[in-house]
Amino acid sequence: MKAVARDRAISVALVAPSLILIAVFVYGFIGFTGFSSLTKWDSLEPNFKFVGLHNYQRLFSIVPTDRFLCDLRNMVTFTVLFLAGSIVLGFALAILLDRQVKGEGIFRNIFLFPMAISYVVTGVLWRWILGPGSTQSGGALGINLLFDKLGLGFLKWGWFTDPTSVYIHPDSHFGVFLSHIGLGGLATPYVGISLAMISVAIAATWQMSGYTMAMYLAALRGIPTEMREAARVDGASEMQVYMRVIVPMIRPITLSALIVLGHISLKIFDLVVSMTGPGPAFATDVPALYMWETTFRGNNFAQGAAIAVLLLLLVAVLIIPYLVSSTRSEVRR
Amino acid sequence: MSRRIISTLSIVLVLGASLALVACGGGKSNKLEIFSWWTVGGEGEGLKALFDIYHKQYPNVQIINAAVAGGAGTNAKALLATRLTGGKPPDAFQLHAGLEVEKYDPEKYILPLDDFYKSEGLDKVLPQDLLSLLQYKGHYWGVPVDIHRANILWYNKKVFADAKLQPPTTWDEYFKVVKALKARKIIPLAFGSKDGYEAGHTFETVLISVLGPDAYKGLWTGATKWTDPKVADALNTLKKLLADVNSDHSALTWDGALGQYFITNKAGMMIMGDWVNGWFISQNFTDYGWECVPGPKVFDGLSDSFALPKGAPDNTNAMNWLKVCASQAGQGAFNPLKGSIPARTDVDPSLFNPYSQSAMKDWTSEPIVPSVVHGAAATEKWATVYKDILATFATSGDVAAAQKALDQTATDNLAK
Amino acid sequence: MNALASRRAIRPGTVTVYFLLVVAAALYLVPIYLQVATSFKSFQEVKLATMWRFPSTFSLASFVKAWVGSAAQGMNGLAPNFMNSVYITVPATLISAMLGSLNGYVLAKWRFRGANVLFPLLLFGMFIPYQSILIPLVQVLEKIGLYGTRGGLIFVHVVYGIPITTLIFRNYYAAIPDELVEASKMDGAGILSIYANILFPLSIPGFVVVMIWQFTSIWNDFLFGLIVTSTPDLQPITVALNNLAGSYFVEWNVQMAGALLAALPTLLIYVFLSRYFMRGLLAGSVKG
Repeated sequence: MKAVARDRAISVALVAPSLILIAVFVYGFIGFTGFSSLTKWDSLEPNFKFVGLHNYQRLFSIVPTDRFLCDLRNMVTFTVLFLAGSIVLGFALAILLDRQVKGEGIFRNIFLFPMAISYVVTGVLWRWILGPGSTQSGGALGINLLFDKLGLGFLKWGWFTDPTSVYIHPDSHFGVFLSHIGLGGLATPYVGISLAMISVAIAATWQMSGYTMAMYLAALRGIPTEMREAARVDGASEMQVYMRVIVPMIRPITLSALIVLGHISLKIFDLVVSMTGPGPAFATDVPALYMWETTFRGNNFAQGAAIAVLLLLLVAVLIIPYLVSSTRSEVRR
Repeated sequence: MSRRIISTLSIVLVLGASLALVACGGGKSNKLEIFSWWTVGGEGEGLKALFDIYHKQYPNVQIINAAVAGGAGTNAKALLATRLTGGKPPDAFQLHAGLEVEKYDPEKYILPLDDFYKSEGLDKVLPQDLLSLLQYKGHYWGVPVDIHRANILWYNKKVFADAKLQPPTTWDEYFKVVKALKARKIIPLAFGSKDGYEAGHTFETVLISVLGPDAYKGLWTGATKWTDPKVADALNTLKKLLADVNSDHSALTWDGALGQYFITNKAGMMIMGDWVNGWFISQNFTDYGWECVPGPKVFDGLSDSFALPKGAPDNTNAMNWLKVCASQAGQGAFNPLKGSIPARTDVDPSLFNPYSQSAMKDWTSEPIVPSVVHGAAATEKWATVYKDILATFATSGDVAAAQKALDQTATDNLAK
Repeated sequence: MNALASRRAIRPGTVTVYFLLVVAAALYLVPIYLQVATSFKSFQEVKLATMWRFPSTFSLASFVKAWVGSAAQGMNGLAPNFMNSVYITVPATLISAMLGSLNGYVLAKWRFRGANVLFPLLLFGMFIPYQSILIPLVQVLEKIGLYGTRGGLIFVHVVYGIPITTLIFRNYYAAIPDELVEASKMDGAGILSIYANILFPLSIPGFVVVMIWQFTSIWNDFLFGLIVTSTPDLQPITVALNNLAGSYFVEWNVQMAGALLAALPTLLIYVFLSRYFMRGLLAGSVKG
């Protein structure tokens, strides 16, 4: 009995430092940020005059600018493409490498290499590759030039210079239907896909899929060969071995990957700044960039804080319930 | 076994911690830390020239170049804000002349330089318009080193000569030139909008040209209403302007657009400030001409200055730095390298290239208005929203919406 | 690995596997080629229109210039800041990996009451946007005397590394069967000795994954490196790399060469650590 109590005390003592540090440097600061967002703080000297939700109203309105609404749309587009791309590609590469190929080390390092490069350089390289060149002077560049050379000129498009947002137009059939059922608010350019973000997602996936590959590979290696053998002996094809045995066992890895990649996509900044800037009509702007500019260029600390709070709320609403439920289900298992 | 692992762990942790301790330390000796965003290129060389002059006069002082690049100074401004509020300010820092100083709460964080201006006789060698720009809440806060002009129309001499065109001085002439260039499959106006401020920059030059200097200045004080039909005219002119730029402008910075189209003779013109002059110098390109942006001859100016933080224990070194920056020799060494012109009116013009010489003449003869995009005419808070509105307008072309937005943000910012 | 299984690995499908891997590797290397080619070119050769061309000579001049700088141009090189990055990244990586491992261990294997709430609470810290907390962070660091020091930067990286290292280790340990721990408990071992004797030896792949991640994030970090170590003599190499560029004047060959130099240590870490991707580490650990 004494041993159990002693162990319990030690376990608390082990995590206590982390808890205290997080309490101060995360939750304390979140509290401060939340408080600032309700004030008029716009100079170095904090001005905590209370203005209620004014900053939030400004962010969600179209006047004077609709920048934040564009940011939200862009972030969603980017997150979906980046997460899907990195997980699918990472898993595919891990399966390939798991086949005990010769030179596995070399391949692994090639796929991991992009992660060693800073986002700034990645942004520049992909800006050069995907930069479309102008339509006027016949000066296609980068990948558009490649399309021309391969006779695939019809594939040329503006990449990240294209401000199009693909959305349900309010006058279209579906748009009219939505307004009939009271969801007319969804038929706006801010609930849509920002085509320009595709380019950014490509660059980010290139950079991070090596890491998801590494995570999956480590997990695949951790699955006892006996389990695979047992399935094979039972007559399962290779595909069935994967679907029935392996995929379920690596669900925790996918969850980890989603969280790690999700937090990158939420805070994506350096890549966007160096690759595209805010983009035409803010087609590639992201909340972190807006927050940076509004805080340190515009000196509008309160508005920057409001953006931060909104980002955190988004995370809380989406991620926490998912986390809590999957943690609980693990315990039950 | 467990003892061994625990002892290995401890050794690793101790090693790590001691490396961390090595990482601490540092003392203070006779130093001068200069903070700017002038890292490389003409401005980096100009800064170095100032350092050399200082070093000759004060050889015992170690000069630390704390410049930080990136984001048109936003990285530097972020670091400066944290250093000022964290209590570790540099000895001197770069500041745009004009209302940008408002963001640093000058009464709390910056040293007023009124006595310095008197003792150096600056009020005699700086133009009156600049002096009024440098004052905020009744004090001087920075010493100007250079002057840039924002409203220049640069044109490629070879392209114009081949097309037998004259540089335009009115908007009618401008659009005729555009038509002629398009017929020859030349991009009329090279444009780069990647950094997000360029549409706002171009618009300010159009505003000045359509409204004239006084009405333009009134926009930032509330004397001129943003709902004025002339503002709509300016927006429409901008819209026409932007219809004939290179289609990939959002992928290029202004210097990228120059390199891609202007010096390769694929484009005819560019509207941009005269840091373009510095860029041409760095590229050894001389086949260019310039005009004031079509309209009345007004000097749309901005200026870089150096300011001192308040409360530094010993600012002798910093004061000497200001003296060097304000001196004829200093300004004569810095500006030719940067491609800008001196703030002082008594520097020898022969040190400068043809463009700068003509700009120096204009500086003393034309009416001067403050640039908004570059920190002079309005607070940075306002200027940031202004540039965002124009960035949206560049794609949407919605004049009414842009005008409404501009009016709204003016109301927000004038209501202090 | 028995002979039957290894024979199974050589299949007709193996050709497809190799083909796919080679194609993927080639695609992944395209931007790297661009970076490397640019870094060997001279400044005049670097043009968007000819970016795919091979460099005409393989000159190391850009690398030297990036490292040493150019006094005439007022360009500081990378050399002075390299050791700063080492002093900062190595301790921060080791300490945060250790912390994450201990936290993950406790949360995965010693679920005291409230542990299930604690884990998401810890994790949420990962999502805080760092730009928004710079001013309060600097002021707190100033109060505890860590502002403007490399020790302060190490501290900051350790604190903000806690959520992700804990996440990775917790999931890693959760995959290790509880029976291992239970069996040890029944033999009378306590929480610390179970860690030292059972789990720590099994943690190597976990440490590999965490240390790759932390080393990369910390070495490549710009924001904290700029703001927390506020002066050029203490700032890491990422700040120096950023300063190779000017407002409108970027020598891309030097920039790319500098970026390659700055990425070298991270690459070496990858090569060194990935040898520890041992196969079937947990295979056979639970028998009968």
